Amino acid sequence: MLGRSLREVSAALKQGQITPTELCQKCLSLIKKTKFLNAYITVSEEVALKQAEESEKRYKNGQSLGDLDGIPIAVKDNFSTSGIETTCASNMLKGYIPPYNATVVQKLLDQGALLMGKTNLDEFAMGSGSTDGVFGPVKNPWSYSKQYREKRKQNPHSENEDSDWLITGGSSGGSAAAVSAFTCYAALGSDTGGSTRNPAAHCGLVGFKPSYGLVSRHGLIPLVNSMDVPGILTRCVDDAAIVLGALAGPDPRDSTTVHEPINKPFMLPSLADVSKLCIGIPKEYLVPELSSEVQSLWSKAADLFESEGAKVIEVSLPHTSYSIVCYHVLCTSEVASNMARFDGLQYGHRCDIDVSTEAMYAATRREGFNDVVRGRILSGNFFLLKENYENYFVKAQKVRRLIANDFVNAFNSGVDVLLTPTTLSEAVPYLEFIKEDNRTRSAQDDIFTQAVNMAVSIPVALSNQGLPIGLQFIGRAFCDQQLLTVAKWFEKQVQFPVIQLQELMDDCSAVLENEKLASVSLKQ
Amino acid sequence: MAAPMLRWGCRGRRWAFARVDGGSCHRRGAPTGSTSNQIRGESSVAQQPLHTAQKTRKGEHKWAAVVGLEIHAQISSNSKLFSGSQVRFSAPPNSLVSFFDASLPGTLPVLNRRCVEAAVMTGLALNCHINKKSLFDRKHYFYADLPAGYQITQQRLPIAVNGSLIYGVCAGKKQSQVIPKTVRIKQIQLEQDSGKSLHDNLRSQTLIDLNRAVGLLEVVLEPDMSCGEEAATAVRELQLILQALGTSQANMAEGQLRVDANISVHHPGEPLGVRTEVKNLNSIRFLAKAIDYEIQRQINELENGGEILNETRSFHHKLGCTMSMRDKEGKQDYRFMPEPNLPPLVLYDATSLPAGADPQQVINIDQIRETLPELPSVTREKLVQQYGMLLEHSFTLLNEVGLLEFFQNVIKETRAEPKKVTSWVLNTFLGYLKQQNLAVSESPVTPSALAELLDLLDSRTISSSAAKQVFEELWKREGKTPGQIVSEKQLELMQDQGALEQLCHSVMEAHPQVVMDVKNRNPRAINKLIGLVRKATQSRADPVMIKEILEKKLSL
Repeated sequence: MLGRSLREVSAALKQGQITPTELCQKCLSLIKKTKFLNAYITVSEEVALKQAEESEKRYKNGQSLGDLDGIPIAVKDNFSTSGIETTCASNMLKGYIPPYNATVVQKLLDQGALLMGKTNLDEFAMGSGSTDGVFGPVKNPWSYSKQYREKRKQNPHSENEDSDWLITGGSSGGSAAAVSAFTCYAALGSDTGGSTRNPAAHCGLVGFKPSYGLVSRHGLIPLVNSMDVPGILTRCVDDAAIVLGALAGPDPRDSTTVHEPINKPFMLPSLADVSKLCIGIPKEYLVPELSSEVQSLWSKAADLFESEGAKVIEVSLPHTSYSIVCYHVLCTSEVASNMARFDGLQYGHRCDIDVSTEAMYAATRREGFNDVVRGRILSGNFFLLKENYENYFVKAQKVRRLIANDFVNAFNSGVDVLLTPTTLSEAVPYLEFIKEDNRTRSAQDDIFTQAVNMAVSIPVALSNQGLPIGLQFIGRAFCDQQLLTVAKWFEKQVQFPVIQLQELMDDCSAVLENEKLASVSLKQ
Repeated sequence: MAAPMLRWGCRGRRWAFARVDGGSCHRRGAPTGSTSNQIRGESSVAQQPLHTAQKTRKGEHKWAAVVGLEIHAQISSNSKLFSGSQVRFSAPPNSLVSFFDASLPGTLPVLNRRCVEAAVMTGLALNCHINKKSLFDRKHYFYADLPAGYQITQQRLPIAVNGSLIYGVCAGKKQSQVIPKTVRIKQIQLEQDSGKSLHDNLRSQTLIDLNRAVGLLEVVLEPDMSCGEEAATAVRELQLILQALGTSQANMAEGQLRVDANISVHHPGEPLGVRTEVKNLNSIRFLAKAIDYEIQRQINELENGGEILNETRSFHHKLGCTMSMRDKEGKQDYRFMPEPNLPPLVLYDATSLPAGADPQQVINIDQIRETLPELPSVTREKLVQQYGMLLEHSFTLLNEVGLLEFFQNVIKETRAEPKKVTSWVLNTFLGYLKQQNLAVSESPVTPSALAELLDLLDSRTISSSAAKQVFEELWKREGKTPGQIVSEKQLELMQDQGALEQLCHSVMEAHPQVVMDVKNRNPRAINKLIGLVRKATQSRADPVMIKEILEKKLSL
């Protein structure tokens, strides 16, 4: 049951094959078994069981709220949840319990979804590994998959298996691990420059960044307001569409949501053929750092479309190479601004120093934020200084417009969907990942995702190492349904294998013991 | 622009209309910052009024002062600028705070339509160009009552620009001439008010009240003013306009209108001097005092070889001087940034309004223009035309809170001539109020009572001196009507010719010497007789009538 898709388990609930409470308990028990993945910061067991009970009553009375009723979901710990601690994986917000639900959380609850818990992330979503949070790194469930382990056994160079676990990618790594390890059927991530698509690619999931303005940001603790979008992580495209259907729509609390009427529900047709489609391949995305495996899968995917009758053309997005530096300026500037409210006065961490308000601010912020956050605040404030504003912030805004226009031009030239890699390579081991700093990693890992408004990452195949590789489809803003329809067709063609975690689940205790050893060796 | 020279400035009590103390333009002996300056000041002109100082320099050191204002008016609305929480003055601290007002993470601003309409209205009333597209920005600084660490304002592209405010300054020998003056309005921007810090020095703690995060109109007046009283009059006019529009209650005592003044002095023809900003001026009287003090301080400083620092100063109303606020952080860099959570504010007019637009979703400038109420300048014009009063009287009627309404109520109920009503309201009534420092609303005399009194006067039932007596009785709040007072005190004019003749006769008999004087052609003697008769009638007789009788009896 746990291995099924959201749509399948929803059908099972409707047919009475399983009750919401049973389903909830199964997930809770799996969450406990996979605790070492560090996917969850908070497990909201009581809340989930109570919601399950209510859902069960509705099913009994024939008053199901729809596809999401009784479905266990997880939410990244940067979405406000009423009565449930929301930390952003930061000391700054440890113990902060919001008095309100983010609109997206509320919408899921209104549809009867069961909130299993809050998932781990990089502190304030700043990172691409889910390694830089105050609660420690998230482990990629694929580290423990049969597929990966068998490949490693073949490799004579493999060292200690258990200290060689892989990162999930980030920053929504906790949500990705939670869905990937079957502890829930869908999870909310947030996606600014790739934070949902990147871990989805590394964890073999569908990771969707809807169009900016389609889904409310109210209650999402912001990274970059002008680019943040609540993201969706699921095991298949149809599931993502179901969740999008529940989330999409204008919100009076978020003035950047659009008032255009949207087609609901987001039912995805099954494309019979793709002969009317035009797929664009951006030539600038073929960068030297791209792993040969990803490159080869990318070109196979293009061939697949072509062989099925689609028009596949090379397109140019000439300003692509500026996107990383442009993103850096805009991101850090907004970060500097958004983080200003964390001053220790009203909520969150406050230091013991009370000689003056200013001293209290300084010490609180020093203690509350990690180096990555402080570094971005510092750069951002530099870019916003009066003397620098024109040279950095305004220029970056202009470049952003040029980059956005690249996409508009591509779509206006007749391209329906762009096909690109999601990441340079498959997930890397944690010990490998931390050799580079957060900024370098983010720049590399988000190279294909940062500049993009609306896109979905689809798992395509396993690498030679037995690890998932994803490809990204980029769509025209507010053509989310069209994009997902194409993605669904592609998903059906590639038949990505299911993660085989049986061994892990059967043999949890062994893993947990090894885990202790691993952490000891890490300290050394 | 060329600022008028200070020496032309207002001298003495020039503006009865501006509710400012007379003579505030000329503060004496502005103490300068340091002791050494003070000593030097004493040896030169620091203790001298400004115009004297100029005389001694024989025109060599003519100083012109340049004053610009930034005025923050709290928008009168039911809810805050960016959140749905209520707005109410003197509500219990932090009782009207939404999650957004408290800057809880993840909350977003939602613009209040009413505040936008208020800004458009104010912009139109101040002859501004209304920007069809305006933007919001974040202004960053750390302060305990600014929970987000930034204020949302309109720095780059405000909602209204390039307006003007016309206010009247009195001139002429008797201050009876009103000269219109214009101050340009640079811009009007919408912004969010901060919370309020309450410093408890006893326990050395600061308490924060976030109720106040309401919508503000920041009105920026160009430096077209040259002294405290001009600034004060301009602010008063703006206050009247805001109140007439209903866009702000503009009560300075309640912090609904707050003024910061930018002040510099220079020699005409030379570049403008370094300016200082005097903050938190919370009454019109202090505004005028603070500006004049600061002008004088700067002149003294410069004449003594000192220099003016570009700094923020505050006005201490008890000491009557401005003092440096000694901003520890030095020059602030507010690190302005576009507010990413608010799309551009787009307004429409009749020509640009999209067909089929939802009226709830759009704001139509032309529609707002049509609903603009009468502005104070028009009201004054009407008063002059309708009642034949002097322009400065119309200023006084509008400047005193509630006085115009009082006047109009009296007019409605009395048969007396408007000029008579004007004179009674502005002289007698206002005089009594001023003497006891009362507001119109606190007056013991109602408009009806005054109307009745003026009717009695108009019908010659009582003399004007008796009327004064009745008014004084009314002021005692004994609940009697003018009619009752007149009959109790027997103040009616004596209409009985016979009785009056009898009285005249008695008086003449009692004062033969005065009668002799009259007969000896002493011209003053007759007045003395009239006075004596009036006294005998307890001022109830018409002096004209007495004179006629006396003249007849004395066969003059």
